[in-house]
Amino acid sequence: MTMTNNNTTMDVSRRQLIAGAGALTVAVLLPGRKARAAIATMASRAELKPDRLATYISINQDGSAVGWLGKVDMGQGTDIGWIKMIAEELDLPTDRVSLVLGHTDQTINMGGASGSTGIWKGGASLRNAAAEARRVLVEMAAEKLSVPVDRLTDVDGIISDKTDPSRKVSYGELIGGRYFDVELEWNQMIGNDLTIKGKAKPKAPGEYKIVGKPGTRRRDVAPKVLGTLEYMVDVKVPGMLHGRMIRPSVAGSVPTAVDQSSIKDITGAQVVWQKGFIGVVAPREWDAIKASRALKVTWSQVKPPFPGNAGLYDHIRNAEVVQYDKEVKTGDIDAAFASAAKVVEASYEWPFQSHAGMGPACAVADVRNGEATIWSGTQKPHYCRDGIARMLNLPPEKVKVVATTGPGSYGRNDAGDASMDATVLSKAVGKPVRVQGMRYEGHGWDPKAPASVHMARAAIDRDGKVTAWRFETKAFSKRDTMNNEGEPEYTLAGQLLDWPLHPVFLFGHPDESYGFGAIHKISGTIKPLLDRASPLRSAHMRDPGGPQTHYAVESFMDELALATNMDPVAFRLRYVTNPRDAAVIKVAAEKAGWQPHVGARKQVKGDVYVGQGIAYASRGGTRVAVVAEVEVNRSTGKVWAKRYTVAHDCGQIVAPDLLRLTIEGNIVQSTSRALWEEVKFDDKAVTSVDWKTYPIVDMTEAPETIDIILIDHPELPPTGAGEASTRPTAGALANAIFDATGIRLRQAPFTPERLKAGLA
Amino acid sequence: MARIELNVDGQAHTIEADPDMPLLYALRDDLGLRNPRFGCGLSQCGACTVLINGEPVRSCVTAVDSIGGKKITTLAGIGSPDKPHKVQAAFIEEQVPQCGYCLNGWVMTSVALLEKNPHPSDGQIREALTGIKCRCGTHTAVLRAVKRAAQA
Repeated sequence: MTMTNNNTTMDVSRRQLIAGAGALTVAVLLPGRKARAAIATMASRAELKPDRLATYISINQDGSAVGWLGKVDMGQGTDIGWIKMIAEELDLPTDRVSLVLGHTDQTINMGGASGSTGIWKGGASLRNAAAEARRVLVEMAAEKLSVPVDRLTDVDGIISDKTDPSRKVSYGELIGGRYFDVELEWNQMIGNDLTIKGKAKPKAPGEYKIVGKPGTRRRDVAPKVLGTLEYMVDVKVPGMLHGRMIRPSVAGSVPTAVDQSSIKDITGAQVVWQKGFIGVVAPREWDAIKASRALKVTWSQVKPPFPGNAGLYDHIRNAEVVQYDKEVKTGDIDAAFASAAKVVEASYEWPFQSHAGMGPACAVADVRNGEATIWSGTQKPHYCRDGIARMLNLPPEKVKVVATTGPGSYGRNDAGDASMDATVLSKAVGKPVRVQGMRYEGHGWDPKAPASVHMARAAIDRDGKVTAWRFETKAFSKRDTMNNEGEPEYTLAGQLLDWPLHPVFLFGHPDESYGFGAIHKISGTIKPLLDRASPLRSAHMRDPGGPQTHYAVESFMDELALATNMDPVAFRLRYVTNPRDAAVIKVAAEKAGWQPHVGARKQVKGDVYVGQGIAYASRGGTRVAVVAEVEVNRSTGKVWAKRYTVAHDCGQIVAPDLLRLTIEGNIVQSTSRALWEEVKFDDKAVTSVDWKTYPIVDMTEAPETIDIILIDHPELPPTGAGEASTRPTAGALANAIFDATGIRLRQAPFTPERLKAGLA
Repeated sequence: MARIELNVDGQAHTIEADPDMPLLYALRDDLGLRNPRFGCGLSQCGACTVLINGEPVRSCVTAVDSIGGKKITTLAGIGSPDKPHKVQAAFIEEQVPQCGYCLNGWVMTSVALLEKNPHPSDGQIREALTGIKCRCGTHTAVLRAVKRAAQA
């Protein structure tokens, strides 16, 4: 069987571990506790329990360390952050630390890649674990060398007597190949919120030699560029069949008849049809594709379920709210509006958007003999396991998900659906099945980022001061199809197989620190357009709800700045209450060479209008301000986001060079979403089915410059950076476009057609 | 089915395949190569790009019997871990990819560009790479890498 690796660190650790596996068990007595230790191999590790140190850290016989983490890296180099944090606490060089990420039989559920919590939450626990491992190692050394702990020093995995450096012992000699039998304090949570700590206190930031320093290279980059990394799509299992799913042309319809003879000439092609679920398998991939195209299926007649793009925002405005998020309310908002000298109102609209992964999702499932192994590009392997176990009615320990490098992931994309499709197909045919979507599925059938409408209203008093702000969101849920595939009903296959639905209705509020006297934030979610197996089912996509909400908030702030005759930067600094928020705004404006202005300047340079706009937002403790400089073509209306200046404060910085690249990716991707991306659909189906009908940013439109200023707070815990800089981009662009053209765009994306209409 | 000969990364292969089958499936499934990847099957993204006699070609829409004796080169055929192509070396130096699924398009097209135009301007690089997709948003890093490779 071909095994796959999440990344090269995995590969290294596996070889090291297997090399170290000579004997079965070796007893060691850890100081102060009755302990056993076993050779830590892939086959035999300590039982995975959240409150055990061995679950997170092990030491190989050569003294190198392995971190075991129920999270994954999706290509932003989060793994290097974790490696640095472990290396720092264990005082090892980074090249002597490796990781095993996400495999469900080797790690516990720490949430997967989720909510920018990799370093923020996963890293915090790993740091505590590494610090505790070091404390235990030093205690063991003290006993072995008969030297008091405070006389020991620890460099590169060698613990020695300060007064006699010849008295020394290595990490490998102390515990290499065996496991730590040490209990940790655990907060009883699983997933993102799992927190553990030992007795040891991690290093003070002043002692850092590795964390916060640049220069650690990612380990997956060279294998990717050289073509030696095995991706999800490369996984092959002996006897594997290829599968393709068949989707209806009218959303909601299900097969009523299948003409098997229509594929009789295709070698080995076979139909798998169960209720609404229909796919084909064949020994050769090309044959599976041909069969999926040739198979004659009769579909049930259903009423076309969608309002089409033209009716989308009216539908949202008129739909009944199913559930409100807990409202945010401070001050006497009614009194402020009653006594206002001026009231400003505006509303903003954001479309459905697609994950549009570079490759449609792929998975391999091998369901046989009461067990299942699934290779998946999912960002949440443990939830993937749980959902599949329920679907197969197996205990979770009989299901193994191997986390494998996929075509990126920015939330709950189609990977979770492919894993379940492969599972159902494999179970049906009794052989391993590899399934991959076709392009129309990658765009047309992935879970979507929800469309929304945001209504803002503010009261301004006689002195031009904003005294009240009401911000109301009405949207599809960001968790109609949950944020993970932990139950069958949160996958397309589960929905097609009639699992009872449990949609979650949630959207969220803006996250900023504007201190207007009275504030009222309301967020209501509406029913999905089609409740089962919908190509417009909504779920998490990079910064769920964030770009939409803050596009509206930050556009409205500029509208308020204009209404109160203020410069947009000065306006924000007047009202923002958190000093770290003020700092990112000031730094971004200063580095961008912000030119204070009131209202649109409509500056013309040749055949373009030029403008500058600012926006800021916070997210889970991270705050980002973005200044965008745009050129708007006067005849075509096409916007070029030419230059960005980004001030980014995510608390303590762990890996500054990788952080910069992560921010750059966020900025380019969110530029694409703001300028180009809108899922098109008619009454029957999603009509954005490829890169022509769902354009994204092109190389000819990529920014010329992205200046990134990192504000480091080593004294604070690190917060997330995977998503925060996606949040303010659209607002900054909308505000820059207004400065350039005087056109206030209250609907995204900011396409040439929309600009051209305003320029005419 | 037909007997089809392919010359890939300097090696001769013979396969039995449907002549209409896209080259991509021959490379991946018959020859077991990893690099060209299915992205769209529509020649819209570049994830399946290989060089045929030095020209970047989308293998997802190229019929396997249309190649003849021409030389096919994949990402793994332009350089090796010991001796990476200068474009590969520059992509590594700039730490370009995030997920990296798109890399065949960017790297192979850049290799072909620099063969023809060793010192392209920013605008020429952008034009040469137009149409290639990257969903992680590494475009600016790609630009830096191609410029670095041009100076190598």
